[in-house]
Amino acid sequence: MSRYTGVTDEDLRAMLGAIGVDSLEGLFADIPESVRLGREIDLPPGRSEQEVYEHLAALARRNRSAEEEITFLGAGMYDNYVPALIDTLLSRSEFLTPYTPYQPEISQGGLQVMFEFQTAISELTGLPVSNASVYEGPSAVAAAGYLAKLETKRKRLVASRGLHPHSRAALATHAAGYGMEVVETPLDEEGYTDAEALAAAVDDDTAAVFVQQPNFLGTVEDLGALVEAGKRTGALLVCAADPIPLSILKPPGELGVDICVGEGQTLGNRLDFGGPSFGFFAADERFIRKMPGRIAGETRDVDGRRGFVLTLQTREQHIRREKATHNICTAQALNALAGVVYLSWLGKRGFVELGELLLRRTHYARETLGLAAINPGPVVREFAVRVPDLDAVVARARDAGINPGYRLGRDYPEYPDGLLIAVTERRTKDHIDRLAEVVGAAKPAEVGV
Amino acid sequence: MTDDTVTVFERSRPGRRAFTVPTTDVPEVPVEDLLPAEAIRETPAELPEITEPELVRHYTTLSSKNFHLDEGFYPLGSCTMKHNPKLHERVAALPGHARLHPLQDPDYAQGALELMWKLQVALGEIAGLPHVSLQPSAGSHGELAGLLLTRAYHEDRGEQRTKVLTPDTAHGTNPATVTMAGYEVVKVGTAEDGGVDVEDLRAKAGDDVACLMLTNPNTLGLFDRNIEEIAHIVHDAGATLYYDGANLNAVMGIARPGDMGFDIVHFNLHKTFTQPHGGGGPGAGPIACSDRIEPFLPIPQVVQAGDGFDLDFDRPKSIGKLRGFQGNFGVFVRSYAYICSLGGDGLKDVSEVAVLNANYLKALLAAPGIKEYLPIAFDRLCMHEFVVSGRGAKEKLGVRTLDVAKRMLDHDVHPPTVYFPLLVDEALMIEPTETETKERLDHFAEVVRAILDEAKDDPQVARTAPHTTPVRRLDEAGAAKRPVVRWRPAPDG
Repeated sequence: MSRYTGVTDEDLRAMLGAIGVDSLEGLFADIPESVRLGREIDLPPGRSEQEVYEHLAALARRNRSAEEEITFLGAGMYDNYVPALIDTLLSRSEFLTPYTPYQPEISQGGLQVMFEFQTAISELTGLPVSNASVYEGPSAVAAAGYLAKLETKRKRLVASRGLHPHSRAALATHAAGYGMEVVETPLDEEGYTDAEALAAAVDDDTAAVFVQQPNFLGTVEDLGALVEAGKRTGALLVCAADPIPLSILKPPGELGVDICVGEGQTLGNRLDFGGPSFGFFAADERFIRKMPGRIAGETRDVDGRRGFVLTLQTREQHIRREKATHNICTAQALNALAGVVYLSWLGKRGFVELGELLLRRTHYARETLGLAAINPGPVVREFAVRVPDLDAVVARARDAGINPGYRLGRDYPEYPDGLLIAVTERRTKDHIDRLAEVVGAAKPAEVGV
Repeated sequence: MTDDTVTVFERSRPGRRAFTVPTTDVPEVPVEDLLPAEAIRETPAELPEITEPELVRHYTTLSSKNFHLDEGFYPLGSCTMKHNPKLHERVAALPGHARLHPLQDPDYAQGALELMWKLQVALGEIAGLPHVSLQPSAGSHGELAGLLLTRAYHEDRGEQRTKVLTPDTAHGTNPATVTMAGYEVVKVGTAEDGGVDVEDLRAKAGDDVACLMLTNPNTLGLFDRNIEEIAHIVHDAGATLYYDGANLNAVMGIARPGDMGFDIVHFNLHKTFTQPHGGGGPGAGPIACSDRIEPFLPIPQVVQAGDGFDLDFDRPKSIGKLRGFQGNFGVFVRSYAYICSLGGDGLKDVSEVAVLNANYLKALLAAPGIKEYLPIAFDRLCMHEFVVSGRGAKEKLGVRTLDVAKRMLDHDVHPPTVYFPLLVDEALMIEPTETETKERLDHFAEVVRAILDEAKDDPQVARTAPHTTPVRRLDEAGAAKRPVVRWRPAPDG
């Protein structure tokens, strides 16, 4: 008996008697001897709750989290402040422990949360239809590629290098399955997507064009121009977006974007070393019956009371099987709940105030650091600079308890000395000034070289 | 505003707020000076304006309308709704885990990488397949990974294969995945005893077949006694054998997919390994595979390096990335804690009790007064779940499976999975899990009996159930016909 199972000796006798077998062993008679394990699983023996806690806590102490350093790491996930009420609400068993709401009469809480989440995402993106979440950002991009295939029957996908490298990678991985080719188009010398190159890459066989706002370097793209360039042959325009800057940036839907997807971690979710968070997927009305994943809809019960259900399920795998519009089943309902609670907590005005704070701190940081900008135009949340003697600067910052940002070289060989610096509401002027000191201290040393 | 179906948006009143923005400590440059005019949002997003107390009440009230596992019995077939140990939330929330950035230099993330490594080793040992990627986000994502690995494996050998076999009992995600991975679905029939129709398989396993996707035990809760022969047929055709791990809870420590001949396995950490289901996620769907598939696993892989651990991106034959970063680490923390708590013998106990509980409940439902109405679909020893047919209740009592399920809602138990698997008429698929006590199982059987007895007197009660829930049966057809998928303010005037 483990602490989660409770079969007493008396239970066992009674249960085996009712079944009509002599032993536990007898229950497994269908499993051929030749495939039986015939030994214990080779794992350390079970431990008490307290011992497991101590072991996990010891592992956690061997990580340097954002609790222990001033981090300017971003590149897709950010050290946001998660308000206390999210911990309170998400730890409620009523939200934490139900399954997907297949029985709507006893799932109205979860279903209404989904409906509210969809409303909030629709407001942010300026697109009328949102689903109730997908796994996370990059796979949401890949899901948009699959929708474009179903919709257009075309074979090519065109992606700006301003799209997150993980999104481009996930798109390529998934596209290899559904039989499409992914073509990349470059950034220009100021870190914008090169609209002319994008337009040139789009042809009659292009199903979708992918851009990101702000792009991976933090550049605020001229989204209207990219939409015009990308859609000239009838391809769908997919925009990946960081939801927080959408507080102050024109909603993609207003600019003619067909599908807006993104990573939802910044909406009330923890870093968690990369997940779980959630992805969002919003689209124009005409794609509602080709969307992936769960969608909640409003309806009435037999007594005329307002209620919510999973709707348009004929898109989904459990009904349509091989004709489903996507294979997704379990998504990220709890993380999406954090998302809609967070947006409600910020509220209509707070959301804008937060976006403006990030905008101002991002620009303040870029000016204060005084390094050569890779993307000198408007930026929000993040910006890229060239750092002479990058290794030494990173090492010095580390010694000062600062994680200075993400090194671009692995994903962008064209920026070998590039550093991507992210600003959140947790990075104060003081933090930025300390980073500037560390970076500035590099200069005299360089003069000496 | 007492109606508890009011949305958070409808609770909004101009001027209220829950959030105070941190002090602006940098120059208050006008937004217009920092952004081009055409990029600036003109109308703010219509988010609610609401105070913290009202916000907390709103979502607390909503939560009270959810049935949940901590409240009661949840025998949802193929979903493995087992207890979610509370320790797991505590360890996942430790700042060293929860506030660790996914791009932190591996030198400063050794605890996380060690945890992932140890989880990989444990899952590999449980599956009998040594190579593990934790990256896929859920079971269906793991399935897709499995077929992308299969494609890469065959292409590497210069083979083009176009078909994937799935049994007609398969989870819906299997055929949906096949299509997404660019293959054609070919169904394999089910034999009299509920297993794969081996002759049908033999006839269909040609050199154009890439893979057979199988759940063992299958969705009828039956272990396929011919698994070795099935594996031979599939491998002789040059195809891979894929294990849908949704039903792994039946066989841990007893038989391993790798030893049965499977090449690729996915795990549902939100089923077998206790990640709370969250009302529809998050989950995680790690995969394990054999040596011949290993070169194609996604990047990055967690590897041992010297005394520590590292992320390996240098894998030239890899299928690439399935998603951002390294996967749902917060889920890994919980599943790893679970494996530490139980150890090898504890995991075996899990499967033994899961199978014991299922067979005991099946025996209770095979009693007179129940079995005439809900006959067991395949009456042999089951594994962790079993399927009954509502055929008898429909014919003799005029209540359908849906009605029986809805009436259970009035008894504070969650109904089983209904109308699946498809080959059983009026199916109810029942998976009690190992964390239920005998008393809970006895009670469920009593509930079933009470519903059937009641229907003998007055079938209308079940036909119109539920009666005690926050709402009663909902107009799903209307919702799909005229979809209302977001709240909108009433038009002015």
